[in-house]
Amino acid sequence: MNNITKNHIKDKLFSATGIFSTLIGLILLAVFIGDIIVEGAGRINWDFITGLPSRKAEKAGIYTAMIGTVWVLVLTTIISFPIGVSAGIYLEEYAKKGRLSRLLEVNISNLAGVPSIIYGLLGLEIFVRILGFGNSLLAGSMTLSLLILPIIIVATRESIKAVPQSIRDASFAMGATKWQTIQYQVLPASFGGILTGIILALSRAVGEAAPLIVVGALAYVPFVPSSPMSEFSVLPIQIFNWISRPQHEFLVNAAAAIIILLIITFIMNGIAMYLRSRWQKKIKW
Amino acid sequence: MKRTRETVIEKFLLSSALITILTTVGIISVLAFEAVKFFREVSIIDFFTDTQWTPLFTKKHFGILPLLSGTFLTSAIAIAFALPIGLSIAIYLSEYAPKRFREFIKPALELLAAVPTVVYGFFALTVVTPFLQKIIPGMSGFNSLSAGLVMGIMIIPIISSLSEDALRAVPNSLREAAYGMGSTRFQTAIKVAVPAASSGIVVSVILAISRAIGETMIVAIAAGQQPRLTLNPLVPVETLTAYIVQVSLGDVPHNSLEYRTIFAAGITLFVFTFALNNISHWIKNKYREKYE
Repeated sequence: MNNITKNHIKDKLFSATGIFSTLIGLILLAVFIGDIIVEGAGRINWDFITGLPSRKAEKAGIYTAMIGTVWVLVLTTIISFPIGVSAGIYLEEYAKKGRLSRLLEVNISNLAGVPSIIYGLLGLEIFVRILGFGNSLLAGSMTLSLLILPIIIVATRESIKAVPQSIRDASFAMGATKWQTIQYQVLPASFGGILTGIILALSRAVGEAAPLIVVGALAYVPFVPSSPMSEFSVLPIQIFNWISRPQHEFLVNAAAAIIILLIITFIMNGIAMYLRSRWQKKIKW
Repeated sequence: MKRTRETVIEKFLLSSALITILTTVGIISVLAFEAVKFFREVSIIDFFTDTQWTPLFTKKHFGILPLLSGTFLTSAIAIAFALPIGLSIAIYLSEYAPKRFREFIKPALELLAAVPTVVYGFFALTVVTPFLQKIIPGMSGFNSLSAGLVMGIMIIPIISSLSEDALRAVPNSLREAAYGMGSTRFQTAIKVAVPAASSGIVVSVILAISRAIGETMIVAIAAGQQPRLTLNPLVPVETLTAYIVQVSLGDVPHNSLEYRTIFAAGITLFVFTFALNNISHWIKNKYREKYE
């Protein structure tokens, strides 16, 4: 066998390795999800969704955890959306290239790499103790907001960057001020991308358990939270609690709750991907 | 009137951006503040040399080494699993795959990173561990091998997607030169494209390591809660992150020494991830625009 054939065989071999590697992760994920569905789908019924937590596995439901997740989602959106988008607009449209903007940029990319549990420690000390919010929805949502701010800021900047300068020039030429240009031209043109980023960031927040455990979200909450100051639980923490118990019935509950959580996560990701592709197709400068 | 409005808006936007600086300052000062109080009661030499971590027992030891070894063991397993697969994916997608396949598969791979980590923890505990126990008899129900492998699946997309970006940034003229010399795709990929993209690939691996070190729920669920200084992947261990979760779940009074241990563990974790992130940043800046 000469060198040329050998090299071609190597080439083909790698091609096969590449396809195998690409599919192995997805196959494993499919196996996992299949296993979860087999395990948990039978447990999902109306009582499970509207049931309160219980020490008996067959009676326990996810109602309080699910409402907690909805609360967290809404509060986190209200807090992180205006701050994240504003910061993104500032960095892209106002910041002059200099020390401050470099510092802000390096800092944001660093924050994106800080483990989520560290944000939990920050929230525990600042929001729970110093500001005195206690183990409340508000403290948890503020913590998650800080966690996803870097994602929202980066997404906002990327979408604003994609708006061509000529649009801004045209607006300025009509006598518009800087903010009018941003408000009436730049933001509408980049809104699809910003929205995509925010949904992806929120889907990350929905799945987070660690920082919320640290700020004191509870595993057992027998009541539905009524205000931002209520104590709370969320789906991932309920799942974690059920996984930690030795009895098999609780693992079934965990699998069922995971199905609900995955449906929420995948729907959010699906919407984000749909928006991204639609937005990319629609706008042609 | 118009001008004041413009100034007010700009100030508001700036203050939003400054919140990110406040966050960093907050993280560092909170960790430092509680850690200083911790080290007033525990000698820093014991912290780094004692081989036991038992702050919750009556006979207390405060050696961070067992938590560090647990963290590094699980992360090393994850990287050892994810690196060859992630890199193969990156090379395949950038050098071999047809465009249509790539466009379809990339979002699918990103799904791997979108799955909540508590779900991965469930997989590790209820699927991977029982499976491995059949192959390796005597393996404990909680162990770093299964947690590490599942964590590896989670970080595949970090390596594959960032490395692929780096590979695709390599100018085609280099590949064409290699093809012109009679190279196969594989030779072009390994001898030309990968070395040219090496800084980007290294960055992707560093970010993956940093992500693995900070990962919490998978190890808290599947690796156990027994701090022990070992490199045996078959026995229960505890990571820095899992310890913080364990204490947070319990009823530890504020302002106690036990409460401060989670900040001591937190600052150790933060120092490592912060260093890794800055190294990756430095590499990225140093080697950027090499071909422009």
